[in-house]
Amino acid sequence: MSKKEAVLLQGDLAVVEGGMAAGAEFFAGYPITPASEIAEGFARELPKVGGKFIQMEDELAGMACAIGGSLSGKKSITATSGPGFSLKQENLGLGIMIEAPVVVVDVQRVGPSTGLPTSPSQGDVMQAKWGTHGDHPIIALSPSSVKEAFDLTVKAFNFAEKYRQPVILLLDEIVGHMREKVILPDADEIEVWDRKRPPADADKENFNPYEWTDDLVPPMPDYGTGFRYHTTGLFHDKTGFPRGTTEDAKKLMDRMTAKIENNLDEIILYDEDIREDDNIVVLSYGSTARSAVSAVNEARENGLNAGWIKLKTIWPFAEEKVSKLAEKANKIIVPELNQGQLIREVERAAKGQAEVVGINRYDGTLIKPEHVLAEIEGVK
Amino acid sequence: MAVDIYKYLREDKLPHIWCPGCGHGTILNSLVRAIDQTDIDPDKTVVVSGIGCSGRAPGYLKFDTLHTTHGRAIAFATGIKLANPELNVIVLTGDGDGSAIGGNHLIHGCRRNIDLTVILFNNQIYGMTGGQYSPMTPTGAVATTSPYGNIDQDFDLVDLTRSAGATFVARGATYNPRQMTKLYKEGLEHKGFSFIETLDQCPVNYGRKNNIGGPTEMLDWQKEHTVPASKWEKMPEEEKEGIFPLGVIHRKDDPESEYTARYQQIIDSFAKEDE
Ligand SMILES: Cc1ncc(C[n+]2csc(CCOP(=O)(O)OP(=O)(O)O)c2C)c(N)n1
Ligand code: SF4
Repeated sequence: MSKKEAVLLQGDLAVVEGGMAAGAEFFAGYPITPASEIAEGFARELPKVGGKFIQMEDELAGMACAIGGSLSGKKSITATSGPGFSLKQENLGLGIMIEAPVVVVDVQRVGPSTGLPTSPSQGDVMQAKWGTHGDHPIIALSPSSVKEAFDLTVKAFNFAEKYRQPVILLLDEIVGHMREKVILPDADEIEVWDRKRPPADADKENFNPYEWTDDLVPPMPDYGTGFRYHTTGLFHDKTGFPRGTTEDAKKLMDRMTAKIENNLDEIILYDEDIREDDNIVVLSYGSTARSAVSAVNEARENGLNAGWIKLKTIWPFAEEKVSKLAEKANKIIVPELNQGQLIREVERAAKGQAEVVGINRYDGTLIKPEHVLAEIEGVK
Repeated sequence: MAVDIYKYLREDKLPHIWCPGCGHGTILNSLVRAIDQTDIDPDKTVVVSGIGCSGRAPGYLKFDTLHTTHGRAIAFATGIKLANPELNVIVLTGDGDGSAIGGNHLIHGCRRNIDLTVILFNNQIYGMTGGQYSPMTPTGAVATTSPYGNIDQDFDLVDLTRSAGATFVARGATYNPRQMTKLYKEGLEHKGFSFIETLDQCPVNYGRKNNIGGPTEMLDWQKEHTVPASKWEKMPEEEKEGIFPLGVIHRKDDPESEYTARYQQIIDSFAKEDE
């Protein structure tokens, strides 16, 4: 391994570096604080390697254009913040329905509406899951540091490509704008996955673009390679053509759900430090995890039995893991920069086995370690 | 020579879903004839649509085809084209799809002069949703949402796209399929943003409700309300009111100003640095 120097890097730019390392070839988006640096970074970097950047007329178009790039066979990404994330939702739904690999970054700021444009928030957690209409699978990852922003961007591309699935990367303003010293891995240390394409000798005449393969992820041809296939946001059967029958609708929904649900072990990422006797667990994600971990460390110095878990994958939710934690712990503390969003999932998974307590700020101020410590110490 | 239009059609998807007398099929027919007259490679051709009766057209065409969300086809097509400029990308859109909900994407597609061929099915009404007024419904016309007569003004899309920067702008009408085929062919071969508005008829939700009549009367109406562009230019202003010029209205041949060509120059400048 080469001896590398640490570089001072901003979180938004770590997304750019991570994207380039994962093989990003196409960016389409619209500027918005605190995510503009991501667009600016890709505008600078992509043409150097033959990739393409385009600034669209709005976020609806940004989302649509990124999906278009993906259909032409390029690894595609778009980036935004709250107001733009709202605009992306309809076309995000199309991306899910047609199973287009694409990465959607949302650097969260305080909402609703224009809200507090330069202040941090974790208010889009439920929007990431339910923002587009109808039931649907989704993957959402949330980094808590600059290095994680890099790593999880690579993961986001890999998951998008492997599962033919839009993947959301939820940063918050703190992680997006913070600068940290990081050592970035060399290209050969990074695992990069590409989408599965049909083999060169595939029967193009009788090709089914939504075939039921064993892994439930149909191979995806690039446009222009002779498959001449149809894609629609309507419910469709394996041929890609609309079939409005209830039976086909259920089949498609079940497959799209199962392609993610069957792979939770690979998709659900978290870090934890929970000792045998820890009966208090702080569960956090994103920038809030920084205060959570330092509060737990301090509590331990004070002799308390506290541990932490930091979710890097928010959706699908680590239900089984949290359920197990709740069996052992007396109390699970969930700090969030919102009025209490992911805590609902924690409560659901805990099934009353442990007390679940939220710490919430939604005024653009951080949750400090002392806030978390006070909650930990509140327990005898 | 007879044209085998079926080689471009997904025959197993026919008959189409359109009502008897609908003009959408005429547009589809002219389009495949136009494609046949060009030397574009069907394997490298992508047809994109939004939502509406017109949005169903790509499903009948044997190319890579994409049926997207209402109004957004040009934005999807922009991504497809920029990511792979080798592809011929055609957008089929309705007057509601392309000029109301998708109006902004239309303007910006023109402004970029990206090499797309956009055919707008102008039946002056929202067909699929049952006859609500569109930005192309004439003032005074009756629609389900303008029961007392439409008070909105309609767009002149030819003027709009031209001033927004489209480099090929034309208007055809379903009463004259031969001319449509010619205009589509020229649009397909033009390098840059091509926009071809096509006057089209929706007898079900427009013609009958506005006392124009069925499909035949609607085609007669087109004939009476259109003139060749060359003639239109010479007409006195007061006679132009309510009359649409047909044919190529604007054309500027400058392949280098096309969007993907411009982007390629940036990429090439880096490749040079490496040499
Ligand atoms: C976001 C959204 N809004 C509204 C609709 C409902 N809708 C479907 S088609 C349509 C109008 C289509 O009219 P036009 O584009 O003129 O095409 P036509 O059906 O006449 O060919 C509308 C309003 C929709 N599908 N999506
Ligand atoms: S409703 Fe109108 S536009 Fe739609 S298929 Fe029928 S005639 Fe054509």
